[in-house]
This record gives sequence, C-alpha cells and structure tokens, in this order.
Amino acid sequence: MAMPAEQIEALIRTALPDADVTITDLAGDGDHYAAHVVSAAFAGKSRVAQHQLVYRALGGRMGGELHALQLTTAVPT
Amino acid sequence: MSELPQSSADARISEIVNGNDIVLFMKGTPLFPQCGFSSRAIAILDHLGVEYASVDVLQDMEIRQGIKSYSDWPTIPQLYIGGEFVGGSDIMMEMFEAGELQQMVQGLKQAG
Repeated sequence: MAMPAEQIEALIRTALPDADVTITDLAGDGDHYAAHVVSAAFAGKSRVAQHQLVYRALGGRMGGELHALQLTTAVPT
Repeated sequence: MSELPQSSADARISEIVNGNDIVLFMKGTPLFPQCGFSSRAIAILDHLGVEYASVDVLQDMEIRQGIKSYSDWPTIPQLYIGGEFVGGSDIMMEMFEAGELQQMVQGLKQAG
C-alpha cells in the first residue's frame, strides 16, 4: 500500500509542471504524508477545486493506494 | 425523452445533503470515529458548537462509493453545509483556522 514520496511529487509535477511540492512523511512509514503544493494553476480557484486538481494528478490513487495524504494548497506569492 | 434516472445512491445522497443544514459523511460515528481524518473533522464540528448530522459510510457501501462521485472527491470525511460540498478534513481545518467555517455556520443560523 505504501507509495514513495518521490512518486507522489512526480505525479503532481506531471499535471502541474510549475508546482512547488513539499512532502513530509508524517509517520516515517511511507504511508502517511502531508503535501503542500504551490502552483499558479490554483489562482482564482476555490479550495475544493484546488484540491481536486491535485487529486486528479494522483489519478485515482487517492483514497486507495494512498490512504493518508494531508493536503494544503496555495498560489505563489 | 425522459431524463435518465439518477442512480439510487445519488438520489439518497441528494436527499441527505439537502435535508440537513450540516452533515458529515464519515467513517464511524461522532463518538467512535474509525479514522484519524474523520476524528479531526468531528473535533472541528464539536468545537464550532453546532448541531450536525452524520452518516457512517462504513455501514452503507452504496453511499460510501456514491459520495465519491457525487462530490467528485476521493476521500472520506466530506462535509456539506446548506446542500453545498465544503471539503474534506484538510479544507475544514484551513477554513476553521481562517474563521471561515465559523462565518458559514453563523450565516446558516441567520438564514434559518
């Protein structure tokens, strides 16, 4: 079930090439992550729409292979 | 041409989100949440001091699957306020910290 942080980051960058992605392995078990994603693609979008962009980048792994991903998003300042 | 019938899951979910001012789709119950994210969502709602309904998706496979496509959101918990999808536990936390969730709930009280 575990997924390496590099793979999460790569999937997000494929969909959002400008994204600044910071991933923290919360429990050190390769299964509980926090991701902070900063991308200009989020500009003008609601929080829900911003998160949906990231979830789509992860292509259905969210809620399955990737159980625990805390997500925060922001527009570059 | 008649409209295609909604799936029964969609119809049931629509009834739930429109029939309750605040409703949380979660794993477990407010007293016994079965997942850390659901537990966090409950803690936020309890802190707001509002009444809310909850649906335990672990007891209902149709809703557990159906809510994901209904909201276009892959994970549980999911919060609905006034029939609108608000977000999962991360968004709830961000909105709570920004005071936005409090405002939303306040708006609901005034409208009601």
